[in-house]
Amino acid sequence: MKKYFLTSTLAALLTLGGLSVPALAGPEDVVVENAWSRASIGMNRPGAAYMTIRNTGDEPVTLIGLTTPLAMMPEIHETKTNAEGVSSMSPAGEIAIAPGESVALEPGGLHGMLMRLQEPMTEGETFPLTLLFDDGGEVTVEVPILGIAARGPED
Amino acid sequence: MRRRAILVYGAAVVGAVALMLFVGWWRVDGPGAPAPVGQRPVTLTEMDFRLTDHEGNAVGPETLIGRPTMAFFGFTYCPDVCPTTLSDISGWLDDLGDEADEMNVVFITVDPERDTVETMAEYVGYFHPAIRGWTGPEEQIARVADGFRATYERVPAESGDYTMNHTASVFLFAASGRFVTMIDYHEPKEFAVPKIRRALEEEMEGAT
Ligand SMILES: [Cu+2]
Repeated sequence: MKKYFLTSTLAALLTLGGLSVPALAGPEDVVVENAWSRASIGMNRPGAAYMTIRNTGDEPVTLIGLTTPLAMMPEIHETKTNAEGVSSMSPAGEIAIAPGESVALEPGGLHGMLMRLQEPMTEGETFPLTLLFDDGGEVTVEVPILGIAARGPED
Repeated sequence: MRRRAILVYGAAVVGAVALMLFVGWWRVDGPGAPAPVGQRPVTLTEMDFRLTDHEGNAVGPETLIGRPTMAFFGFTYCPDVCPTTLSDISGWLDDLGDEADEMNVVFITVDPERDTVETMAEYVGYFHPAIRGWTGPEEQIARVADGFRATYERVPAESGDYTMNHTASVFLFAASGRFVTMIDYHEPKEFAVPKIRRALEEEMEGAT
């Protein structure tokens, strides 16, 4: 099993320490950068989380799912826009990341779809999101919640 | 002296003809070419629909005539494409500054079941103040989409809810109601503001 460094305990400690935690995760294998999400209006609408997931190790890693206390049904989704300009969304399935490669979850493409929110997403807060890998490894990131009109991690 | 004047005049005519040819090429075959006929929205003056804006006013295609228009479809339960498009548009409007005051900017829902007037009002309030939210009965939404040659489809989601597939392009119309061009969802963002300016300039051409 590959080494996954950052536990949720450490994430909690970092959060308590007041660090806005943009880059987290495994020192050798999986690094998550620029995580962000948008605030929600209430709890009826699904949310979306974005980030860059980098495999800095020597072996491929495969992302198989998500879990978070924020949403009962978190899932990796992909938005596709066809030649006629019609956009649709569907589950992305497993995502393999080759050694040295990264995968971007960004608007209009892959996203962490947060279905069945358990609480509203409030601007200025963060929530823990755990990435699940096929070898049983997990990486938890604290995802900052930006404004509803945010366009990227810097907004 | 006289001959020279004729030469200057002749050169001006040649220049004007060349410019017209260039403009014609730009609009017909060049980068300014519109989408193929059949997928292009009809002129706003040929559309017929009755909707309600987020402040409760009755609106229709005639509401948009007289000023250039930027319009697009979406729904407020859309987690990814719609907030991104609304944020992009807000950014373009910021870039345009005062020029943006001369435009209609309309977000038309394809999900009237959930997007009531009140819902639209709350949602558009988070974006640029120029953006208006339009909703209405399902059959009227269908008429708008038909006029725009846009499509939408209700799709069940795994969560038990439903989501909407829909045309994500941003449509631009001149003040006359004539369709000018559209900004595709995946188009590089630096092309967007020049395209909007084209719709704005078309109005000035018509005015002079
Ligand atoms: Cu999604």
